[in-house]
Amino acid sequence: MASRWQPFLLAPALVVFAAFWLLPMARLIALPAEKAWDSYFVVLTQPAYLLSLINTLLLSLAVTLVSLVLGAAVGLFLARHRFAGRRMLLGVLTLPLSFPGVIIGFFVILLGGRQGLIPSLSDTMGFGRWTFAYSFIGLFLAYVYFSLPRAISAYAAAAEAIDVSLEDCARTLGASAWHIVRDVWIPELAPTTIACGAIIFATAMGAFGTAFTLASKFDVLPITIYSEFTNYANFAFAASLSISLGLVTWAALALSRRKGAYAALGL
Amino acid sequence: MIGPIGVSVSAGFMENYAIGWRGGFTLRWLAEVWSAYGSTVMASITIASATVFTTILIAVPCAYALARSKKAWALWFEELITLPVAVPGLASALALILVYGELRWFRQHLAFILVGHVIFTLPFMVRVVAAAFRRRELLAIEEVAATLGASFWQRFSGLLLPAVLPSILSGALMVFTLSIGEFNLTWMLHTPLTRTLPVGLADSYASMRIEIGSAYTFVFLIVVLPMLWLMQLSERVLVKRYA
Repeated sequence: MASRWQPFLLAPALVVFAAFWLLPMARLIALPAEKAWDSYFVVLTQPAYLLSLINTLLLSLAVTLVSLVLGAAVGLFLARHRFAGRRMLLGVLTLPLSFPGVIIGFFVILLGGRQGLIPSLSDTMGFGRWTFAYSFIGLFLAYVYFSLPRAISAYAAAAEAIDVSLEDCARTLGASAWHIVRDVWIPELAPTTIACGAIIFATAMGAFGTAFTLASKFDVLPITIYSEFTNYANFAFAASLSISLGLVTWAALALSRRKGAYAALGL
Repeated sequence: MIGPIGVSVSAGFMENYAIGWRGGFTLRWLAEVWSAYGSTVMASITIASATVFTTILIAVPCAYALARSKKAWALWFEELITLPVAVPGLASALALILVYGELRWFRQHLAFILVGHVIFTLPFMVRVVAAAFRRRELLAIEEVAATLGASFWQRFSGLLLPAVLPSILSGALMVFTLSIGEFNLTWMLHTPLTRTLPVGLADSYASMRIEIGSAYTFVFLIVVLPMLWLMQLSERVLVKRYA
Protein backbone atom coordinates (compact mmCIF):
# COMPACT_ATOMS: atom_id res chain seq x y z
CA MET A 1 0.00 0.00 0.00
CA ALA A 2 2.74 2.38 0.88
CA SER A 3 5.32 0.98 -1.46
CA ARG A 4 5.88 4.34 -3.16
CA TRP A 5 6.60 5.92 0.21
CA GLN A 6 8.60 3.12 1.67
CA PRO A 7 12.11 4.39 0.86
CA PHE A 8 11.30 7.79 2.36
CA LEU A 9 9.84 6.25 5.49
CA LEU A 10 12.84 4.05 6.07
CA ALA A 11 15.47 6.60 5.14
CA PRO A 12 15.78 8.54 8.44
CA ALA A 13 16.26 5.43 10.58
CA LEU A 14 18.54 3.85 8.01
CA VAL A 15 20.76 6.93 7.71
CA VAL A 16 21.11 7.38 11.48
CA PHE A 17 21.78 3.68 11.99
CA ALA A 18 24.32 3.45 9.18
CA ALA A 19 26.18 6.59 10.21
CA PHE A 20 26.32 5.97 13.94
CA TRP A 21 26.44 2.21 14.25
CA LEU A 22 27.18 0.33 11.03
CA LEU A 23 30.04 2.54 9.91
CA PRO A 24 31.65 2.78 13.38
CA MET A 25 31.26 -0.97 13.88
CA ALA A 26 32.87 -1.69 10.52
CA ARG A 27 35.79 0.47 11.60
CA LEU A 28 36.01 -1.36 14.94
CA ILE A 29 35.96 -4.75 13.23
CA ALA A 30 38.63 -3.72 10.71
CA LEU A 31 40.93 -2.17 13.30
CA PRO A 32 42.74 -5.27 14.66
CA ALA A 33 43.64 -6.32 11.08
CA GLU A 34 45.65 -3.12 10.67
CA LYS A 35 47.96 -4.27 13.42
CA ALA A 36 48.23 -7.97 12.61
CA TRP A 37 45.82 -10.69 11.60
CA ASP A 38 46.32 -12.65 14.79
CA SER A 39 45.19 -9.62 16.84
CA TYR A 40 41.68 -11.02 16.47
CA PHE A 41 42.55 -13.91 18.75
CA VAL A 42 44.33 -12.08 21.58
CA VAL A 43 41.55 -13.04 23.97
CA LEU A 44 42.65 -16.66 23.57
CA THR A 45 46.37 -16.26 23.03
CA GLN A 46 47.29 -13.82 25.80
CA PRO A 47 47.03 -15.42 29.26
CA ALA A 48 45.93 -12.20 31.01
CA TYR A 49 43.02 -11.72 28.61
CA LEU A 50 42.13 -15.39 28.69
CA LEU A 51 41.95 -15.28 32.48
CA SER A 52 39.73 -12.21 32.29
CA LEU A 53 37.44 -14.01 29.83
CA ILE A 54 37.24 -17.12 32.03
CA ASN A 55 36.53 -14.96 35.10
CA THR A 56 33.71 -13.22 33.26
CA LEU A 57 32.24 -16.47 31.93
CA LEU A 58 32.29 -18.16 35.35
CA LEU A 59 30.85 -15.12 37.10
CA SER A 60 28.08 -14.78 34.50
CA LEU A 61 27.19 -18.47 34.64
CA ALA A 62 27.03 -18.43 38.44
CA VAL A 63 24.90 -15.27 38.41
CA THR A 64 22.55 -16.75 35.79
CA LEU A 65 22.04 -20.00 37.73
CA VAL A 66 21.40 -18.34 41.07
CA SER A 67 19.15 -15.61 39.65
CA LEU A 68 17.05 -18.18 37.78
CA VAL A 69 16.60 -20.41 40.83
CA LEU A 70 15.77 -17.53 43.19
CA GLY A 71 13.68 -15.75 40.57
CA ALA A 72 11.66 -18.90 39.85
CA ALA A 73 11.01 -19.52 43.54
CA VAL A 74 9.89 -15.94 44.25
CA GLY A 75 8.06 -15.53 40.93
CA LEU A 76 6.10 -18.78 41.35
CA PHE A 77 5.22 -17.87 44.91
CA LEU A 78 3.94 -14.45 43.87
CA ALA A 79 1.94 -15.91 40.99
CA ARG A 80 0.26 -18.57 43.11
CA HIS A 81 -0.56 -16.66 46.28
CA ARG A 82 -3.02 -13.84 46.65
CA PHE A 83 -2.41 -11.62 49.65
CA ALA A 84 -2.67 -7.98 50.64
CA GLY A 85 0.23 -5.93 49.33
CA ARG A 86 1.17 -8.53 46.71
CA ARG A 87 1.26 -5.99 43.88
CA MET A 88 3.30 -3.64 46.02
CA LEU A 89 5.76 -6.41 46.90
CA LEU A 90 6.18 -7.20 43.20
CA GLY A 91 6.70 -3.50 42.56
CA VAL A 92 9.37 -3.21 45.25
CA LEU A 93 11.13 -6.38 44.10
CA THR A 94 11.30 -5.16 40.52
CA LEU A 95 12.22 -1.57 41.43
CA PRO A 96 15.97 -2.00 40.72
CA LEU A 97 15.16 -2.67 37.04
CA SER A 98 15.43 1.07 36.44
CA PHE A 99 18.67 1.55 38.40
CA PRO A 100 21.97 1.97 36.58
CA GLY A 101 24.52 -0.71 37.45
CA VAL A 102 26.81 1.81 39.16
CA ILE A 103 24.24 2.37 41.92
CA ILE A 104 24.06 -1.34 42.64
CA GLY A 105 27.84 -1.49 42.80
CA PHE A 106 27.71 1.32 45.33
CA PHE A 107 25.15 -0.55 47.44
CA VAL A 108 27.62 -3.41 47.69
CA ILE A 109 30.38 -0.97 48.71
CA LEU A 110 28.13 0.42 51.45
CA LEU A 111 27.49 -3.10 52.73
CA GLY A 112 30.84 -4.79 52.19
CA GLY A 113 33.37 -2.09 51.33
CA ARG A 114 36.19 -0.74 53.47
CA GLN A 115 33.78 1.30 55.63
CA GLY A 116 30.89 -1.12 55.05
CA LEU A 117 28.28 -2.37 57.49
CA ILE A 118 29.14 -6.04 57.32
CA PRO A 119 32.93 -5.65 57.79
CA SER A 120 32.36 -3.54 60.92
CA LEU A 121 29.81 -6.08 62.13
CA SER A 122 32.17 -9.00 61.59
CA ASP A 123 34.89 -6.94 63.31
CA THR A 124 32.86 -6.35 66.48
CA MET A 125 31.98 -10.04 66.51
CA GLY A 126 35.67 -10.82 66.55
CA PHE A 127 36.11 -12.29 63.06
CA GLY A 128 38.17 -9.41 61.73
CA ARG A 129 37.07 -7.01 58.97
CA TRP A 130 35.54 -9.05 56.16
CA THR A 131 35.62 -6.73 53.14
CA PHE A 132 34.10 -8.63 50.25
CA ALA A 133 32.90 -5.78 47.99
CA TYR A 134 35.86 -5.81 45.62
CA SER A 135 36.20 -9.58 45.28
CA PHE A 136 34.29 -12.22 43.32
CA ILE A 137 31.63 -12.28 46.04
CA GLY A 138 30.98 -8.54 45.80
CA LEU A 139 30.58 -8.65 42.03
CA PHE A 140 28.45 -11.78 42.28
CA LEU A 141 26.06 -10.20 44.81
CA ALA A 142 25.76 -7.00 42.78
CA TYR A 143 25.04 -8.88 39.54
CA VAL A 144 22.44 -11.07 41.22
CA TYR A 145 20.77 -8.00 42.72
CA PHE A 146 20.76 -6.50 39.26
CA SER A 147 19.29 -9.50 37.42
CA LEU A 148 16.91 -10.88 40.04
CA PRO A 149 14.10 -8.36 39.32
CA ARG A 150 14.03 -9.41 35.68
CA ALA A 151 13.89 -13.11 36.59
CA ILE A 152 11.17 -12.55 39.20
CA SER A 153 8.92 -10.60 36.85
CA ALA A 154 9.47 -13.06 33.99
CA TYR A 155 8.64 -16.11 36.13
CA ALA A 156 5.68 -14.39 37.80
CA ALA A 157 4.21 -13.60 34.37
CA ALA A 158 4.94 -17.09 33.01
CA ALA A 159 3.52 -18.87 36.05
CA GLU A 160 0.30 -16.83 35.83
CA ALA A 161 -0.07 -18.14 32.29
CA ILE A 162 0.27 -21.84 33.20
CA ASP A 163 -2.99 -23.65 32.68
CA VAL A 164 -4.12 -24.65 36.18
CA SER A 165 -6.13 -27.55 34.78
CA LEU A 166 -2.91 -29.29 33.75
CA GLU A 167 -1.85 -29.38 37.35
CA ASP A 168 -5.31 -30.36 38.61
CA CYS A 169 -5.40 -33.11 36.06
CA ALA A 170 -2.03 -34.47 37.10
CA ARG A 171 -3.06 -34.36 40.76
CA THR A 172 -6.31 -36.23 40.10
CA LEU A 173 -4.31 -38.88 38.28
CA GLY A 174 -2.27 -39.31 41.45
CA ALA A 175 0.92 -37.45 40.57
CA SER A 176 3.12 -36.52 43.52
CA ALA A 177 4.31 -32.94 44.14
CA TRP A 178 7.68 -33.79 42.59
CA HIS A 179 6.02 -35.29 39.53
CA ILE A 180 4.02 -32.10 39.02
CA VAL A 181 7.15 -30.01 39.27
CA ARG A 182 8.98 -32.27 36.83
CA ASP A 183 6.22 -32.91 34.28
CA VAL A 184 4.17 -29.70 34.42
CA TRP A 185 6.13 -26.80 35.82
CA ILE A 186 9.56 -27.40 34.35
CA PRO A 187 8.32 -27.96 30.78
CA GLU A 188 5.85 -25.08 31.00
CA LEU A 189 8.50 -22.72 32.33
CA ALA A 190 11.29 -23.91 30.02
CA PRO A 191 10.87 -21.12 27.44
CA THR A 192 11.02 -18.50 30.19
CA THR A 193 14.08 -20.16 31.68
CA ILE A 194 15.95 -20.23 28.39
CA ALA A 195 14.99 -16.71 27.34
CA CYS A 196 15.55 -15.11 30.71
CA GLY A 197 18.74 -17.09 31.30
CA ALA A 198 20.22 -15.91 28.00
CA ILE A 199 19.45 -12.30 28.81
CA ILE A 200 20.86 -12.47 32.32
CA PHE A 201 23.98 -14.19 31.00
CA ALA A 202 24.49 -11.68 28.17
CA THR A 203 23.85 -8.71 30.47
CA ALA A 204 26.29 -10.05 33.07
CA MET A 205 28.97 -10.63 30.41
CA GLY A 206 28.71 -7.06 29.16
CA ALA A 207 27.97 -5.33 32.48
CA PHE A 208 30.21 -2.32 32.75
CA GLY A 209 28.66 -0.04 35.37
CA THR A 210 28.63 -2.52 38.24
CA ALA A 211 32.07 -3.81 37.38
CA PHE A 212 33.39 -0.26 37.08
CA THR A 213 32.58 0.49 40.72
CA LEU A 214 33.65 -2.91 42.09
CA ALA A 215 36.26 -4.66 39.96
CA SER A 216 39.53 -3.56 41.45
CA LYS A 217 40.79 -7.02 42.42
CA PHE A 218 38.67 -9.29 40.27
CA ASP A 219 39.22 -8.57 36.59
CA VAL A 220 36.29 -8.89 34.17
CA LEU A 221 36.40 -8.47 30.40
CA PRO A 222 34.55 -5.12 30.09
CA ILE A 223 37.02 -3.59 32.55
CA THR A 224 39.96 -5.12 30.69
CA ILE A 225 38.67 -3.57 27.46
CA TYR A 226 38.15 -0.23 29.14
CA SER A 227 41.64 -0.09 30.60
CA GLU A 228 43.26 -1.23 27.33
CA PHE A 229 41.49 1.65 25.63
CA THR A 230 41.91 4.46 28.15
CA ASN A 231 45.00 3.58 30.15
CA TYR A 232 47.16 2.03 27.44
CA ALA A 233 45.58 3.56 24.31
CA ASN A 234 45.80 0.08 22.83
CA PHE A 235 42.93 0.56 20.39
CA ALA A 236 43.53 -2.54 18.29
CA PHE A 237 43.44 -4.93 21.26
CA ALA A 238 40.49 -3.09 22.84
CA ALA A 239 38.64 -3.50 19.54
CA SER A 240 39.59 -7.16 19.28
CA LEU A 241 38.42 -7.89 22.83
CA SER A 242 35.16 -6.00 22.20
CA ILE A 243 34.53 -8.15 19.15
CA SER A 244 35.09 -11.32 21.18
CA LEU A 245 32.80 -10.12 23.95
CA GLY A 246 30.17 -8.99 21.43
CA LEU A 247 30.24 -12.41 19.75
CA VAL A 248 29.64 -14.17 23.07
CA THR A 249 26.67 -12.00 24.09
CA TRP A 250 25.20 -12.01 20.61
CA ALA A 251 25.52 -15.80 20.37
CA ALA A 252 23.86 -16.29 23.76
CA LEU A 253 20.89 -14.19 22.68
CA ALA A 254 20.76 -15.64 19.17
CA LEU A 255 20.77 -19.25 20.39
CA SER A 256 17.80 -18.62 22.64
CA ARG A 257 15.88 -16.23 20.43
CA ARG A 258 13.56 -18.85 19.06
CA LYS A 259 12.43 -19.08 22.66
CA GLY A 260 11.69 -15.40 22.78
CA ALA A 261 14.75 -13.88 24.42
CA TYR A 262 14.05 -10.57 22.73
CA ALA A 263 10.46 -10.60 23.89
CA ALA A 264 11.68 -10.98 27.48
CA LEU A 265 13.82 -7.87 26.99
CA GLY A 266 10.71 -5.93 26.02
CA LEU A 267 11.62 -5.96 22.34
CA MET B 1 15.98 -5.73 47.80
CA ILE B 2 15.00 -2.64 49.71
CA GLY B 3 17.70 -2.85 52.42
CA PRO B 4 20.61 -1.40 50.43
CA ILE B 5 18.41 1.46 49.21
CA GLY B 6 17.58 2.36 52.82
CA VAL B 7 21.23 2.19 53.91
CA SER B 8 22.29 4.34 50.98
CA VAL B 9 19.64 6.99 51.55
CA SER B 10 20.33 7.28 55.27
CA ALA B 11 24.12 7.35 54.82
CA GLY B 12 23.73 10.50 52.73
CA PHE B 13 22.51 12.37 55.81
CA MET B 14 25.06 11.07 58.31
CA GLU B 15 27.90 13.26 59.46
CA ASN B 16 30.11 10.17 59.27
CA TYR B 17 29.05 6.78 57.87
CA ALA B 18 31.70 4.91 59.88
CA ILE B 19 30.20 6.20 63.16
CA GLY B 20 26.57 6.04 62.07
CA TRP B 21 23.74 8.14 63.46
CA ARG B 22 25.71 8.91 66.66
CA GLY B 23 27.76 11.29 64.52
CA GLY B 24 24.69 13.41 63.84
CA PHE B 25 22.47 14.49 60.98
CA THR B 26 23.62 16.84 58.24
CA LEU B 27 22.50 18.32 54.92
CA ARG B 28 26.05 19.33 54.07
CA TRP B 29 26.67 16.40 51.72
CA LEU B 30 23.50 17.13 49.80
CA ALA B 31 24.63 20.73 49.28
CA GLU B 32 28.04 19.54 48.10
CA VAL B 33 26.45 17.14 45.63
CA TRP B 34 24.31 19.94 44.28
CA SER B 35 27.25 22.25 43.71
CA ALA B 36 29.52 19.59 42.18
CA TYR B 37 26.99 17.54 40.20
CA GLY B 38 23.83 19.66 39.97
CA SER B 39 24.30 20.12 36.23
CA THR B 40 24.10 16.37 35.59
CA VAL B 41 20.42 16.33 36.52
CA MET B 42 19.46 18.72 33.73
CA ALA B 43 21.87 17.06 31.29
CA SER B 44 20.27 13.66 31.88
CA ILE B 45 16.72 14.96 31.55
CA THR B 46 17.67 16.84 28.37
CA ILE B 47 19.31 13.80 26.81
CA ALA B 48 16.51 11.43 27.77
CA SER B 49 13.86 13.80 26.35
CA ALA B 50 15.85 14.38 23.18
CA THR B 51 16.33 10.62 22.80
CA VAL B 52 12.59 10.02 23.11
CA PHE B 53 11.86 12.78 20.60
CA THR B 54 14.42 11.54 18.06
CA THR B 55 13.45 7.88 18.31
CA ILE B 56 9.77 8.73 17.82
CA LEU B 57 10.63 10.85 14.80
CA ILE B 58 12.70 8.20 13.04
CA ALA B 59 11.19 4.98 14.42
CA VAL B 60 7.51 5.54 13.68
CA PRO B 61 7.85 5.89 9.87
CA CYS B 62 10.39 3.06 9.88
CA ALA B 63 8.06 0.82 11.91
CA TYR B 64 5.23 1.47 9.47
CA ALA B 65 7.37 0.62 6.45
CA LEU B 66 8.58 -2.58 8.14
CA ALA B 67 5.08 -3.59 9.20
CA ARG B 68 3.67 -3.21 5.69
CA SER B 69 6.51 -4.96 3.90
CA LYS B 70 6.25 -8.67 3.25
CA LYS B 71 9.76 -8.95 1.91
CA ALA B 72 12.54 -10.81 3.65
CA TRP B 73 14.77 -7.76 3.89
CA ALA B 74 12.32 -6.10 6.29
CA LEU B 75 12.85 -8.84 8.85
CA TRP B 76 16.54 -8.69 8.17
CA PHE B 77 16.59 -4.94 8.72
CA GLU B 78 14.68 -5.25 11.99
CA GLU B 79 17.23 -7.84 13.08
CA LEU B 80 20.09 -5.56 12.13
CA ILE B 81 18.92 -2.52 14.10
CA THR B 82 18.48 -4.76 17.16
CA LEU B 83 22.19 -5.63 17.19
CA PRO B 84 23.20 -2.63 19.36
CA VAL B 85 21.17 -4.23 22.17
CA ALA B 86 22.79 -7.65 21.74
CA VAL B 87 26.33 -6.25 21.61
CA PRO B 88 27.68 -4.64 24.82
CA GLY B 89 27.33 -0.86 24.91
CA LEU B 90 31.05 -0.60 25.51
CA ALA B 91 31.74 -1.91 22.00
CA SER B 92 29.29 0.46 20.31
CA ALA B 93 30.76 3.39 22.23
CA LEU B 94 34.35 2.45 21.31
CA ALA B 95 33.29 2.24 17.67
CA LEU B 96 31.68 5.69 17.80
CA ILE B 97 34.82 7.19 19.34
CA LEU B 98 37.05 5.54 16.73
CA VAL B 99 35.14 7.20 13.90
CA TYR B 100 33.93 10.50 15.36
CA GLY B 101 36.33 11.10 18.24
CA GLU B 102 38.41 13.53 16.21
CA LEU B 103 35.50 15.87 15.49
CA ARG B 104 36.10 18.12 18.51
CA TRP B 105 32.82 20.06 18.58
CA PHE B 106 30.80 16.85 18.22
CA ARG B 107 32.89 14.91 20.73
CA GLN B 108 32.44 17.64 23.35
CA HIS B 109 28.74 18.16 22.76
CA LEU B 110 25.83 16.41 24.47
CA ALA B 111 24.81 15.32 20.97
CA PHE B 112 27.62 12.74 21.04
CA ILE B 113 25.93 11.00 23.97
CA LEU B 114 22.56 11.52 22.32
CA VAL B 115 23.47 9.54 19.18
CA GLY B 116 24.70 6.68 21.38
CA HIS B 117 21.41 6.63 23.28
CA VAL B 118 19.36 6.84 20.08
CA ILE B 119 21.17 3.87 18.54
CA PHE B 120 20.71 1.83 21.71
CA THR B 121 17.00 2.63 22.23
CA LEU B 122 15.85 2.72 18.58
CA PRO B 123 15.07 -1.04 18.34
CA PHE B 124 12.81 -0.87 21.40
CA MET B 125 10.70 1.88 19.84
CA VAL B 126 10.66 0.31 16.36
CA ARG B 127 9.55 -3.09 17.62
CA VAL B 128 6.82 -1.83 19.93
CA VAL B 129 5.33 0.45 17.26
CA ALA B 130 5.74 -2.05 14.40
CA ALA B 131 3.84 -4.64 16.44
CA ALA B 132 0.98 -2.14 16.75
CA PHE B 133 1.00 -1.37 13.01
CA ARG B 134 0.84 -5.12 12.27
CA ARG B 135 -2.48 -5.66 14.05
CA ARG B 136 -4.89 -7.25 11.63
CA GLU B 137 -7.89 -5.01 12.26
CA LEU B 138 -5.77 -1.95 11.59
CA LEU B 139 -4.72 -3.41 8.26
CA ALA B 140 -8.38 -3.94 7.34
CA ILE B 141 -9.41 -0.41 8.32
CA GLU B 142 -6.53 1.01 6.34
CA GLU B 143 -7.54 -0.96 3.27
CA VAL B 144 -11.11 0.31 3.57
CA ALA B 145 -9.86 3.90 3.83
CA ALA B 146 -7.63 3.38 0.80
CA THR B 147 -10.49 1.98 -1.32
CA LEU B 148 -12.58 4.97 -0.31
CA GLY B 149 -9.88 7.17 -1.78
CA ALA B 150 -8.01 8.40 1.29
CA SER B 151 -4.48 9.43 0.32
CA PHE B 152 -1.47 7.95 2.03
CA TRP B 153 -0.95 10.99 4.26
CA GLN B 154 -4.63 11.10 5.17
CA ARG B 155 -4.44 7.48 6.22
CA PHE B 156 -1.18 7.89 8.09
CA SER B 157 -2.04 10.99 10.09
CA GLY B 158 -5.81 10.58 10.49
CA LEU B 159 -6.07 6.87 11.06
CA LEU B 160 -2.83 5.09 11.78
CA LEU B 161 -1.09 7.52 14.12
CA PRO B 162 -4.01 7.78 16.57
CA ALA B 163 -4.35 4.00 16.49
CA VAL B 164 -0.73 3.33 17.47
CA LEU B 165 -0.46 6.25 19.92
CA PRO B 166 -0.66 4.02 23.04
CA SER B 167 2.23 1.92 21.71
CA ILE B 168 4.27 5.04 20.94
CA LEU B 169 3.68 6.13 24.52
CA SER B 170 4.81 2.86 26.05
CA GLY B 171 7.80 2.93 23.73
CA ALA B 172 8.58 6.46 24.88
CA LEU B 173 8.42 5.42 28.52
CA MET B 174 10.79 2.52 27.86
CA VAL B 175 13.22 4.72 25.94
CA PHE B 176 13.19 7.42 28.62
CA THR B 177 13.87 4.88 31.37
CA LEU B 178 16.71 3.26 29.43
CA SER B 179 18.28 6.59 28.53
CA ILE B 180 18.21 8.11 32.00
CA GLY B 181 19.95 5.08 33.54
CA GLU B 182 22.34 4.35 30.66
CA PHE B 183 25.95 4.00 31.75
CA ASN B 184 27.75 1.44 29.55
CA LEU B 185 27.84 3.69 26.50
CA THR B 186 27.68 6.99 28.30
CA TRP B 187 30.79 6.55 30.41
CA MET B 188 32.87 6.14 27.26
CA LEU B 189 31.15 8.95 25.40
CA HIS B 190 31.12 11.62 28.11
CA THR B 191 33.60 14.46 28.59
CA PRO B 192 34.11 16.58 31.74
CA LEU B 193 31.61 19.06 30.29
CA THR B 194 29.02 16.51 29.22
CA ARG B 195 28.15 14.40 32.24
CA THR B 196 24.88 12.61 32.89
CA LEU B 197 23.48 11.39 36.20
CA PRO B 198 24.92 7.85 36.07
CA VAL B 199 28.29 9.23 34.94
CA GLY B 200 28.34 11.71 37.82
CA LEU B 201 27.36 8.93 40.22
CA ALA B 202 30.25 6.73 39.09
CA ASP B 203 32.61 9.68 39.39
CA SER B 204 31.47 10.49 42.92
CA TYR B 205 31.76 6.83 43.99
CA ALA B 206 35.31 6.70 42.71
CA SER B 207 36.61 10.02 43.98
CA MET B 208 34.43 11.37 46.80
CA ARG B 209 33.60 10.47 50.40
CA ILE B 210 31.14 7.64 50.83
CA GLU B 211 28.61 10.08 52.35
CA ILE B 212 28.67 12.24 49.22
CA GLY B 213 28.11 9.18 47.05
CA SER B 214 25.13 8.28 49.23
CA ALA B 215 23.66 11.76 49.11
CA TYR B 216 24.05 11.73 45.33
CA THR B 217 22.34 8.35 45.10
CA PHE B 218 19.49 9.88 47.10
CA VAL B 219 19.29 12.75 44.60
CA PHE B 220 19.14 10.24 41.74
CA LEU B 221 16.31 8.30 43.36
CA ILE B 222 14.36 11.44 44.26
CA VAL B 223 14.67 12.83 40.73
CA VAL B 224 14.22 9.69 38.68
CA LEU B 225 11.72 7.49 40.51
CA PRO B 226 8.84 10.03 40.78
CA MET B 227 9.38 10.91 37.14
CA LEU B 228 9.14 7.27 36.09
CA TRP B 229 6.08 6.68 38.27
CA LEU B 230 4.36 9.74 36.87
CA MET B 231 5.08 8.66 33.32
CA GLN B 232 3.91 5.11 34.05
CA LEU B 233 0.71 6.48 35.54
CA SER B 234 -0.03 8.79 32.61
CA GLU B 235 0.78 6.01 30.17
CA ARG B 236 -1.66 3.67 31.90
CA VAL B 237 -4.41 6.31 31.90
CA LEU B 238 -3.86 7.16 28.24
CA VAL B 239 -3.63 3.55 27.14
CA LYS B 240 -6.88 2.79 28.97
CA ARG B 241 -8.61 5.69 27.26
CA TYR B 242 -7.39 5.03 23.73
CA ALA B 243 -6.89 1.30 23.52
